[in-house]
Amino acid sequence: MKRLLFILPLLVFAGVAVYFGFGLTRDPSKIPSALIDKPIPEFALPEIAGTGKPALASATLKGEVALVNVFASWCAPCRIEHPIFMRLARDNAVPIYGISYKDKAEDSAKWLRELGNPYKAIGWDFEGRVAIDWGVYGVPETFVVDKAGTIRFKHVGPITPDVLNNNILPLIEELKRKS
Amino acid sequence: MAPELGHIALILALCVALIQSVLPLAGAQARDPALMATAKPAAYAQFFLVALAFGCLIYSFVVSDFTVENVVRNSHSAKPMLYKVSGAWGNHEGSMVLWALILALFGAAVAAFGRNLPPGLKARTLSIQAMIGVAFLAFIVFTSNPFNRVFPPPPDGQDLNPLLQDPGLAFHPPLLYLGYVGFSIVFAFAMAALIEGRVDAAWARWVRPWTLAAWSALTGGIALGSWWAYYELGWGGWWFWDPVENASFMPWLVGAALLHSAIVAEKRDALKTWTILLAILAFALSLVGTFLVRSGILTSVHAFAVDPKRGVFILAILIIAVGGSLALYAWRAPMLKAGGLFQPISREGGLVLNNLLLGTATATVFIGTLYPLFLEAIGGAKVSVGPPFFNATFVPLMVPLLIAVSFGPMMGWKRAELGAVFQRLWVALALSLGVILLTLAVDKTRHVLAALAMGLAAWLIFGALIEWAERVKLFRAPLATVWSRAVNLPRAAWGMTIAHAGLGLMVLGITGSTAWQTEVIRLVRAGDAFDVAGYSFVFKGTQRQEGPNFIATRAVFEVYKNERLYAVMTPEKRLFPAAGSTTTEASIRTNLLADLYATIGDPEGAGQPGAAGPPAFLTQAGQDVAWTARIYHNPLVPWVWLGALVMMIGAGVSLTDRRHRVGAPQRLPQAALPTAAE
Amino acid sequence: MKRLAFLLMLLTGPALAVLPSERLADPALEARARALSLELRCQVCQNQSIDDSNAPLAADLRRLVRERLVAGDSDAGVLDYVVRRYGDYVLLRPPMREDTALLWFGPLAILIAGGIGAFVYLRRRKLTVEAALTAEEEARLKAIVERRE
Repeated sequence: MKRLLFILPLLVFAGVAVYFGFGLTRDPSKIPSALIDKPIPEFALPEIAGTGKPALASATLKGEVALVNVFASWCAPCRIEHPIFMRLARDNAVPIYGISYKDKAEDSAKWLRELGNPYKAIGWDFEGRVAIDWGVYGVPETFVVDKAGTIRFKHVGPITPDVLNNNILPLIEELKRKS
Repeated sequence: MAPELGHIALILALCVALIQSVLPLAGAQARDPALMATAKPAAYAQFFLVALAFGCLIYSFVVSDFTVENVVRNSHSAKPMLYKVSGAWGNHEGSMVLWALILALFGAAVAAFGRNLPPGLKARTLSIQAMIGVAFLAFIVFTSNPFNRVFPPPPDGQDLNPLLQDPGLAFHPPLLYLGYVGFSIVFAFAMAALIEGRVDAAWARWVRPWTLAAWSALTGGIALGSWWAYYELGWGGWWFWDPVENASFMPWLVGAALLHSAIVAEKRDALKTWTILLAILAFALSLVGTFLVRSGILTSVHAFAVDPKRGVFILAILIIAVGGSLALYAWRAPMLKAGGLFQPISREGGLVLNNLLLGTATATVFIGTLYPLFLEAIGGAKVSVGPPFFNATFVPLMVPLLIAVSFGPMMGWKRAELGAVFQRLWVALALSLGVILLTLAVDKTRHVLAALAMGLAAWLIFGALIEWAERVKLFRAPLATVWSRAVNLPRAAWGMTIAHAGLGLMVLGITGSTAWQTEVIRLVRAGDAFDVAGYSFVFKGTQRQEGPNFIATRAVFEVYKNERLYAVMTPEKRLFPAAGSTTTEASIRTNLLADLYATIGDPEGAGQPGAAGPPAFLTQAGQDVAWTARIYHNPLVPWVWLGALVMMIGAGVSLTDRRHRVGAPQRLPQAALPTAAE
Repeated sequence: MKRLAFLLMLLTGPALAVLPSERLADPALEARARALSLELRCQVCQNQSIDDSNAPLAADLRRLVRERLVAGDSDAGVLDYVVRRYGDYVLLRPPMREDTALLWFGPLAILIAGGIGAFVYLRRRKLTVEAALTAEEEARLKAIVERRE
């Protein structure tokens, strides 16, 4: 009994060490979304003039599998991921909808004229209020929404080819197959 | 040339540490004096080599040698000299060299001053100390070489993070490391004692000065970091329960417990295995702190840049050092003989309570800091544990501890009577009640908890003073007697009184600044006047200022008290172009009872994300626009740090007690003098 | 490295939190808003509450908290509103649930276990009575015993 008491610190430490080892494999800056498997928030955003695309509202996102991308012209990582959306749009892989976050309308429009416009519809969220309803905490963020209008996946930060091929595209295929 | 020399010195130091970790230990086991004697020159050589490497690193920073990657990433030719020097340890690699330097310094100190240590204990201690040295030197050489070159060298550096360009932060890491590493000596002593299978009063007496020194340095390091946060982060807070703060706070708490349990081990030969465990834990938590800060395992505002390889390396050090020592503990500690007997109500009993509460407090901070990760590890939700949690759990543990502080020293060894102790403390109790009532009467906000906390602070301060007064027989004996008793009072007793009073002063500061802070946030235009806690502020406008490596906007406030100019406050907002970041420089005016604290923000309408060009606070400097100003009146806040300083002084005074002077008994002329002091 | 660059995008230097324009005219509501802001984590600034942060998102959330309060939400209602969007992660005081029981009650359990341990230890180390009584105590003890008889 007494002996056990002296071994106890070692046992506790063994547990702590295993868990530190686990900790090394994690990225602490990743925050899971509270909205996974929840319906998309109700919203209706105005269009951005000069893009030629319609406005975006929650009704637009029902009935098909879609990507929703939150972007801004002032966001450097958005520039990195943009070519991926351009390619997806060209291949007609999946409809992509944009939410312009805290950006002047003319800046967003100019940015899309320069880099190309992959979005089917764009909502202008100048105040960033709708983004809060989406649980957005930094641009860019990208959501996968299923036919029923449920959020199935969220990625924070620029989409990389890795994330696209390993997470997003397989999920979209799977969601499309389901009736 | 200097970088190569430094690099070679580091590698040689590693080799020397390897030798030092084997030969003296083998000598002690084989009882071979010649082998044991290798410890001393090896410890000196290790210190010299690491000092040489550190000198080379500082030299590279001072001359802005941009062929060295570390200098490029953390310095700039226009940076003031102080920050060129402190930049050498303001980064991961350099700070590890500083770690190793302090480690070697302490090793050399044991070698130099430990003349009265039994040769076996000394040899084993130095060997274990060298093993820690091997681990950290290898870590530096293999994963964190500060002397890597770049080619071609860039024309100028990327500058040190401007937040770190600050006198407070220049000395924060060295003090912190003195504390962390100081515990490594205590750890080495504990290991050596376990190997020898003997813990006696003499052992406890050797351990205590090192604990005192380490704990005192850690107190200073934490206080300096907190003070820096107070004046640099710009919203008047000074403790945030950030994981990195907690990482340094845990060894501090265990160190405080160790300070107290070592007294029992020394005076009463009891609590020995517990003291050994605390000695191991104090250093283990220092290592855990290092791991948490440098592995990127937790998110924190002050974490170093993250490299997974380093995390794995430190984890390996942690597992070997802590796992090994705890295994040795599990094996050897049950063989240690239990010592003196005592009643539950006694000085010993009080110190057990102290250790119970400090230990639980440490566990609380540990659980709170690491729980989010733990929950994630078992597949749970991702949660945050922040200040509201710690305030709800940690603070209630401190209340009984602080109440007990004034009782402890009044209780006799072996046995005490609570009634008698109460009798001696009633003055302190009455004075504390008086402070509570006075606070309630004066305080218009009727903050009952704050009044009770003020009473607690008074209880600590008066309790300490009364204990001292009793010892010197103040008011009960002629002044001459009082004087001679005061002079002859052991320094350790003086130290305890001072440290406990310092704790009380700190509680005073914590209470005042949390309960009665006044905050005024408003837009101001030149000529505006407004009141903050009885002071009249007049905003005179802003002007542009050029610094050595920054451009600033300086706001000028004239502060009047009773119609007379009391102060001119000039908070600044600075842009560091090389680092591409801004800092706020608070302007603080203190009268020791309260701080006036002013910061200046952006002009109205600024702050659109992604706006290009120079920031609005610079382009609109001197213009007639409205600025966001934030003025605080923080009552008693200076005592948070002054209290810490007083605690450090207490530890320092205690350190000068002749029983703690490591080399003292060896000096024959002194030893021959009559020891009236004890 | 990329992740770092991304984080730097989000971080905008040290804080100057609550802005004058955000404040509510009603001091009671404003005080509640400040207290709630201290309970909510700014997700992009690592271990800062939204009250302490000058990140744009923190400002948005501060405004949101005030809007909900003006709309008549209770304190719990406001926190719940934010949690529905951002998850438990935004709460600096984790909710008390099964999976946080260890967090909330672990320290208490350690205190109790330690207390029991200390109690057992103190009993074992207890002096035998004869060894420690002073003359005065002896006399008092005798007086008590005599009274009993």
